[in-house]
Amino acid sequence: MAEVLVLVEHTDGDVKKVTLELLTLARRLGEPSAVLIGSDSAPGVYDRAKAALAEHGAAKVYVTQDPEVSSYLTAPTAEVLAQLVEQSSPAAVLLASSTDGKEIAARLAVKTGSGVITDATDVAGEGGSPVAEQQVFGGSTIVRSKVGHGTPIITVRPNSTPPEAAPADATREDVTVTLSEAARGARITDRVVEEKGERPELSAAAIVVSGGRGVGSADKFSVIEALADSLGAAVGASRAVTDAGWYPHQHQVGQTGKTVSPQLYVAAGISGAIQHRAGMQTSKTIVAINKDPEAPIFELVDFGVVGDLHQVVPALTDEVTKRKA
Amino acid sequence: MNIVVCVKQVPDTWSEKRLNDEDNTLDRAATDPVMNEMDEYAVEEALRIKEMHGGEVTVLCMGPDAATETVRKSLSMGVDKAIHVLDEGLHGSDALATSLVLSAALGTLADSGGFDLVVLGSESSDARMSVVPAMLAERLGLPQLTFAKEVSIDAADGGGGTVTIKRLTDDGYQVIEASLPAVVSVVEKINEPRYPSFKGIMAAKKKPVDTKSLADLGVESADVGLGGAWSAVESFETAPPRQAGTIVTDEGDGASKLAEFLASKKFI
Ligand SMILES: Cc1cc2nc3c(=O)[nH]c(=O)nc-3n(C[C@H](O)[C@H](O)[C@H](O)COP(=O)(O)OP(=O)(O)OC[C@H]3O[C@@H](n4cnc5c(N)ncnc54)[C@H](O)[C@@H]3O)c2cc1C
Ligand SMILES: Nc1ncnc2c1ncn2[C@@H]1O[C@H](COP(=O)(O)O)[C@@H](O)[C@H]1O
Repeated sequence: MAEVLVLVEHTDGDVKKVTLELLTLARRLGEPSAVLIGSDSAPGVYDRAKAALAEHGAAKVYVTQDPEVSSYLTAPTAEVLAQLVEQSSPAAVLLASSTDGKEIAARLAVKTGSGVITDATDVAGEGGSPVAEQQVFGGSTIVRSKVGHGTPIITVRPNSTPPEAAPADATREDVTVTLSEAARGARITDRVVEEKGERPELSAAAIVVSGGRGVGSADKFSVIEALADSLGAAVGASRAVTDAGWYPHQHQVGQTGKTVSPQLYVAAGISGAIQHRAGMQTSKTIVAINKDPEAPIFELVDFGVVGDLHQVVPALTDEVTKRKA
Repeated sequence: MNIVVCVKQVPDTWSEKRLNDEDNTLDRAATDPVMNEMDEYAVEEALRIKEMHGGEVTVLCMGPDAATETVRKSLSMGVDKAIHVLDEGLHGSDALATSLVLSAALGTLADSGGFDLVVLGSESSDARMSVVPAMLAERLGLPQLTFAKEVSIDAADGGGGTVTIKRLTDDGYQVIEASLPAVVSVVEKINEPRYPSFKGIMAAKKKPVDTKSLADLGVESADVGLGGAWSAVESFETAPPRQAGTIVTDEGDGASKLAEFLASKKFI
């Protein structure tokens, strides 16, 4: 069976859920081989990542622990993958549709003379060549595409499929790379992680509660957090909020923020501008609280309350807490 | 400092988009074209860099005849000159073809002093792929500094120098450094684009626009357009429209009605 390369996203060997989803999809196309790139500061990534990768069907794990690879932006990783594509002629390469995942895919496509599909929401293996499904125009149109040249390179959105276990060996295979001069052009000199709380991660959460300009101030954003906590939800925000500095940027939902597709999306004090919708309109159930009955967000909702969020949201938090008790 | 800024013309974000039944490409006739919003930020950043370090800003746009509007808008914002790649053969080009054409067009600048910096938007609002900047950097063999929320240039005397950006990431930001020439893409956090002034609009009419065909760039038409597309739409369907939801006006009972709805959907 042909190999399918899956680029592992991880934090020091702690494998992200999206990678387990990719391994699950990869099994439809062939035999998954995970590609694990570790940094010098965290040796032994393979030992930490092995169990999760094995459980989800990785027959092989290609490991590079060369510190140079992670010191430069995206280009070295693309070179590692290009080398593996050359070596193993895989049926496809799957990556997460993250900022880095898409850029690595882009470079790999140029390097290997292959077609690339980004933001797939499903991958099927019809007749040996993968067919990727994408939702375009804000979820209003579903498109199925095939790559016609080279090795299909596909980036898949998080939460596209539930991870399924299918134990395999996850045999280690070390990869040595010789990076080109061009790959060492853009050096990463610092990484800054802005505060990260106890709440679920936004792009993977089952429920998201977002606040917009209608919340009024940074202080008052605690009403959004309280509702999120009562529902076990992640907190999102509109750009108006992140621009005003009421809440950190990485919580922004929308065109230039995160794309979320939770079971439930709650929008409070958000008007529903097209750029905001672009990041949330494929959510399964949408509810909104807004004092303006004409707000465009109401065109999307399953349930909407026209009212002051400062009345409705705290009362809803109480109701939820009461019902859950 | 010679800066090239790549701008794309896209259908207006507010207009309804659909695919053409004949060849599964975007039906551009059905929408009002505008300059890709993110590219306004790219133009603004290029102009600010020029204002600090001197030099010239060239706008590079690949697109149909109507894209002249977008080229003109860039010129009225203050860009000095334009290259418009216009060719029938480009219809249906994907990101790989776009990056090929843009890199070929940048290649033609070598005779006129080359460039120190290429600035792009980080995403086009129609394709939404965010891949063209990385592909372009790969093709040119230049450093890629993408998703910049801040750009600073340290120009050396007599050309060259370094560029440093803060790159937005999923959980914060990275600091990225490279020597010039380099490819930079920007996010909308970076600045506030200026409006073209009346003077700017008048001046734009006299600025040079160099229109290039595929042949001028030495690009084979087989490598671009629909025929050269490296992935193809097999089928598409329109998702059923969302059913109109229930909307209630809060009269002190909004929260309990909403809670009732959430309970009926088993969220609580
Ligand atoms: C290139 C580009 C990219 C962008 N990317 C994004 C993006 O990724 N994400 C994003 O969100 N935006 C994005 N935007 C911005 C977007 O266009 C809107 O400006 C933004 O979404 C508005 O945020 P908002 O809904 O919170 O604010 P507003 O549009 O000001 O809406 C506030 C709403 O709150 C309601 N309200 C006020 N007070 C109350 C109250 N007490 N109770 C209940 N309701 C109340 C009002 O009726 C109003 O509907 C982008 C814009 C551009 C140009
Ligand atoms: N046809 C084009 N002409 C000029 N620049 C383009 C074109 N297409 C894309 N770009 C640039 O590439 C960026 C990212 O586009 P995309 O990868 O399509 O999301 C845009 O913001 C533009 O700066």
